[in-house]
This record gives sequence, structure tokens and C-alpha cells, in this order.
Amino acid sequence: MSDPTSLKGTPRNSGGPVTRRGALKCLAFGGAGTLFALAGGVFTPIDLAVAASDRKRSASLGKPLFVQISDTHIGFNKEANPDVSGTLNRSIDIVNALPEQPALIIHTGDITHLSKPAEFDAAQQLFSRLRTTEIHTVPGEHDTTDPTVTEYFNRFGKASGNKGYYSFDHAGVHFVALINVLQFKPGGLGTLGPEQLAWLADDLKGRSASTPIVVFAHMPLWTIYEPWGWGTADAPQLMEQLRRFGSVTVLNGHIHQIVQKVEGNVTFHTARSTAYPQPIAGEGAGPGPLKVSAEQLPGMLGVTSVTVVKHPRGLRLNDTTIA
Amino acid sequence: MSLRKWLVSSMQVLLLGAMAAVASPAPATEAAAQGSTIVMAKDFMFAPTSLTVAAGSTVTWTNRDDEPHSVVSENGLFRSGALDTNESFSFRFEKPGTYRYTCSIHPRMVGTIVVH
Repeated sequence: MSDPTSLKGTPRNSGGPVTRRGALKCLAFGGAGTLFALAGGVFTPIDLAVAASDRKRSASLGKPLFVQISDTHIGFNKEANPDVSGTLNRSIDIVNALPEQPALIIHTGDITHLSKPAEFDAAQQLFSRLRTTEIHTVPGEHDTTDPTVTEYFNRFGKASGNKGYYSFDHAGVHFVALINVLQFKPGGLGTLGPEQLAWLADDLKGRSASTPIVVFAHMPLWTIYEPWGWGTADAPQLMEQLRRFGSVTVLNGHIHQIVQKVEGNVTFHTARSTAYPQPIAGEGAGPGPLKVSAEQLPGMLGVTSVTVVKHPRGLRLNDTTIA
Repeated sequence: MSLRKWLVSSMQVLLLGAMAAVASPAPATEAAAQGSTIVMAKDFMFAPTSLTVAAGSTVTWTNRDDEPHSVVSENGLFRSGALDTNESFSFRFEKPGTYRYTCSIHPRMVGTIVVH
């Protein structure tokens, strides 16, 4: 299963500058992404290579709203990927090479691997290369392991008053950032908690049902695999609050692979990591780093971009690998 | 015995230590004098899951996994930061009682320390 070949030393991971043409070529030839149009809660897949290589077609797909980056795990240096900074840099190159820059970047947690100050500093240094400067974050459980949980909040806590949850509006879309990695029940799933759910009820009160909603949190907000804790115990109470809205997009990270489903008007989607893949639910001893060959790795890492479409009103998700 | 020697000790030593601790009060005291009883986090398990020690014993957790783990008591008595591979965390149990703990990174990992 394990492959001694590491990503390090392969020519494609040299960390050198990537031109836009080159990045687009990567997009086109990577062919691993699929573009999804969300229309009335139903996904319509569109070939990503066409979208990436044809600007006219690309423009008609909608305005880029934001790019989701997840599970960068800065500080990780094990066999599954000894150069997580290099793979994040390549992900950033792809974002920077998009024909039209997204307005926002959303990071769905596990910015660092061990919550160390030096890891946070290195991550922020890497993010500063993004052409899009507005970054919204939620923490993962790897970001909150310091006994006082201050390293994350000192850097990213301002938006939430150090609570971890907050909301904002952009381009007519209401964004809700939630934290589900602080109140674990032993042996259980992630938890939002009554205080956060009460805040959300108040936040959503009076909003028109036609407002597109984007909810993002680190751990999946639906149960993907309970034995590995891939879910959030009180997510059903969250869904109850979101049900009346016509377009809801729920974005998570944590599991380092794409899993998605559509339920009514709610689209659930987990993003790839930029650091290392994890096994499919239930395969192996637990949800640890999955060791794959250097050739396979880039095809298992990447980002998700989201565009707004006007007719019908909704959001479209587009997954891109760094292969 | 130095802490380092304990860290490189095997699973068998760990279990012997644990057994000695529950065998009678005398070896338990001895374990306390030695300064540590080890619980390792490996393959998403604390081993042993339940450990009994005498009051005054220091328990050391060592991470033998590729993934980082942490040790967080349910009642807030102790909390390690993230322990990377081969890093350790120690806590001295002064009062008798049952102490449940979990890994904050993988909350399905749970363990219990019984202090008598």
C-alpha cells in the first residue's frame, strides 16, 4: 500500500513560477475536476477542461464568487507528502491563474497540522501570495489543540469575536461560518452547540427565502461515516433552520476527499485537501494520511471554486486538482 | 529510569507495568517511584484503554502513530497540546478517582485512568 516514492524531487513540484497558460493547461489536461451547475437543487455536470480552456464559455458559466481552500496542514512532513507548502503553492498558482479572480477565499480549516505559532505564521505567509486578499476561515481540530486555543483566535478570531462563528454578505449571498471542532463528546461527532444554533436562528431570522446561503465549517455537517467521527451530532438542528431557503450550499473539509449529496435545496460538498489524501470511509485502521505514489498525489489534491449563476439563481461548484 | 528509556520501551513493558500496578498496592507504589506508567496512542487507540494506578503516580502518554494525537480530560483536569509522532505528555494523579479522557483531534479515541 505504502509507496516510498515521495512527491519531493519530482520536477512538477519544483515550486517554480507557474504561468497562467501553464496552469490552464494543467487544468485542461488534469481533467480530474468536474464542474457542477446547481439549478433548483439539481446538479448539472459540465466538462471542466472545456470551462477552463474556453474563455467565452467560461464567462457564460457565471461570475467567480469564491474559492474554497481546505486542510492545508502546514507543518505536516510525513511520507504522505513531505512538502505541503509546495502543494499549497501550486494550489495558489491555479487560483491566481483563473481568468477572473474570485472575490473571496474561504478556508475550511486545518490550516496547520499541530496549532503551532510557526505553522500559522508560515501558512499566512503562503496565503499572502493569493491575488484575492479577502480570506474567511473556520478552524479545524488541528488548529485548536493548544490548551488555550489562542493561536488560531489571535490570528483569525476577529471576525467572530473569538467565538469561531460569524456571518457576512457578499454579492447577494449570505455566508455563515460555523465552528464544530471545540465541543467534542468523547467517542462522538463534532458539535455546534446550543449557543451557536441560537445565534444562527437569530442571524437567519427575517432573511428572504430566496437569499442564496453558503454555510461552511470544517467537519462535515452531515454524517458521512460515524465510526470515524465524520459528521456533526447536532447538524439536523442546523438543517431544520436552513430548510426554508431556496438555495443552500454546505461546504466542509476534514475528510480530504470529495463527497457530495443534494437533499432538497441543500447541496453538501466536501473539498479536497491541498496537503494529503485520506482513505475512503472505513478503509483501513482510521482516517490518517493516505500514502500514494508521487504520480497519483497531485490528482488527489486541489481546491473548489464557486460561481454565481443568475438564471436560475444559484451557485455552481467546480473542483480542480493540482495535477 | 530515565523518561527516554520509558519512551523507547515496548508495548509489553507497558502492559507489565499496568499489570504490576493493579496486582497489589506495593508494586503500584513502586511504579509511582519509577515515575511513569505509559499509555500509547497508536492506530487511533489508547492502549491500554483503561489503566489503574496508585495515587501519586505519573502517567505518560507517548504517540506512536503517524497522526498527531492529544490527551484531554473530560473534567478539564489535564490537557496536552497536539503530540506529534514520538512526543509525550505526562500528568501526575494525586487524588483517587476515575478520570476519563479523549483525543481532541480524534474524539472517538477514549481512555480511562482509575486512581486508587
